[in-house]
Amino acid sequence: MNFECAAIVLSARRYGEGGAIAHLFTEEYGRIAGLVRGGSSRRQSALWQPGNIVLARHAARLPDQLGHLSGEPVQETAVRVLDRPLQLALVHAATELADAALPDREAHPDFFLRTIRDLTSFCVLVDPPPVGEYIRWEAALLSALGYGLSLSSCAVTGETGDLRFVSPRTGRAVSLSGAGDWKDRLLPLPAFLARDDESLLSEATPEDWLHGLDLTGHFLSRDLFGVRHRPVPDARARLRSRIAGLIHPPE
Amino acid sequence: MGGGDVERLIQLLSRLPGLGPRSARRAALTLLRSPQTRLLPLAQAMEAAAKSVRTCHVCGTLDSSDPCSICADPARDRGLICVVETVGDLWALERSRLHPGTYQVLGGVLSALSGTGPDDLNTRSLMERVASGGVREVILALGATVEGATTAHWLQDRLADSGVTVTRVGHGVPIGGALDVLDDGTLAAALSARRPA
Repeated sequence: MNFECAAIVLSARRYGEGGAIAHLFTEEYGRIAGLVRGGSSRRQSALWQPGNIVLARHAARLPDQLGHLSGEPVQETAVRVLDRPLQLALVHAATELADAALPDREAHPDFFLRTIRDLTSFCVLVDPPPVGEYIRWEAALLSALGYGLSLSSCAVTGETGDLRFVSPRTGRAVSLSGAGDWKDRLLPLPAFLARDDESLLSEATPEDWLHGLDLTGHFLSRDLFGVRHRPVPDARARLRSRIAGLIHPPE
Repeated sequence: MGGGDVERLIQLLSRLPGLGPRSARRAALTLLRSPQTRLLPLAQAMEAAAKSVRTCHVCGTLDSSDPCSICADPARDRGLICVVETVGDLWALERSRLHPGTYQVLGGVLSALSGTGPDDLNTRSLMERVASGGVREVILALGATVEGATTAHWLQDRLADSGVTVTRVGHGVPIGGALDVLDDGTLAAALSARRPA
């Protein structure tokens, strides 16, 4: 099974003395793994950093084999965010989540293209930081894997405006009037997640980001990782605490 | 081939980094050809190291004394701590003889793949040293990787309230490196870290 295509590096684990086993996300083949000869060497390790976009070549005699990988750089995302803690946390959380959540060799072309776009925005956008884009990306990950949130109308009244909450059980939006006395049991829905309006992203506050992260985190934890009895990757928890630090910065 | 002892020697040597079965056979043969001058001194040195080498409770490096020779050296600047990932990184910095202070060996970086979390890193003694006063600067000399930088930012946050200056080693063009052979990432890092000439 030989192919050459654009791919996102999700992770690279040292293997042997100079090699690495890399996990990539591709448009046509989904998440694939391969042995990179010299992948953790001084010459190549910069290429196989999580978040980088590479032109990958995969070669294996049989489809079930691990295969060998080699690659050329297309966009070196990782190095552009190393000195920016929040952007680095976004890239790290996105790649760790995708690596842990995506099934092997199952294509998700639309989600792949979205991930390429969002990784670029994570390393380009600085002010305001692209946290809203990241939370939308997490919602897209849930949707791509069959656990999409239903945020178009209220589950109680059917109205499409004033959607403020999400049911933690069904993942459906609930309006302020529909929530009634139950609103304390519902998850707050930030406006930038309720409507696909770009201007809402720039208006979002760190409190909105935390609400968004807690919302997607609930469904990631329950639906994507809970059913596999696995924890949500640590990088996401570190991202959340970094954003919480924006609300209550250390004195 | 040579009996069980020789086979066992080759087998153990082949597990060392840089050695496979073929090079382990060559090394074993070299040792066995001159046991008095090579094999026995090596065996004695290995036994002595196994008995005496321990982890320094202050910085986490390996040394035959605890605290290690660096931490016990009165000529070292205790106000300057360089944080490194592994003992190998400490040895590399010591070879350069450029760091006059002491060290802190973390023993890894935050990594989901290797299952290394904040509790697995050797940071408690660093926090104790900083809290006890006298530390002016902490230099973060961790790798220029996503995991290394994530660990550096995490440590920076933990040290934010301590009042010490936190710096990190520079990234950019290596000595003897021509610009046209550098990767885009290194060039981007070098440009973003430019300073007045």
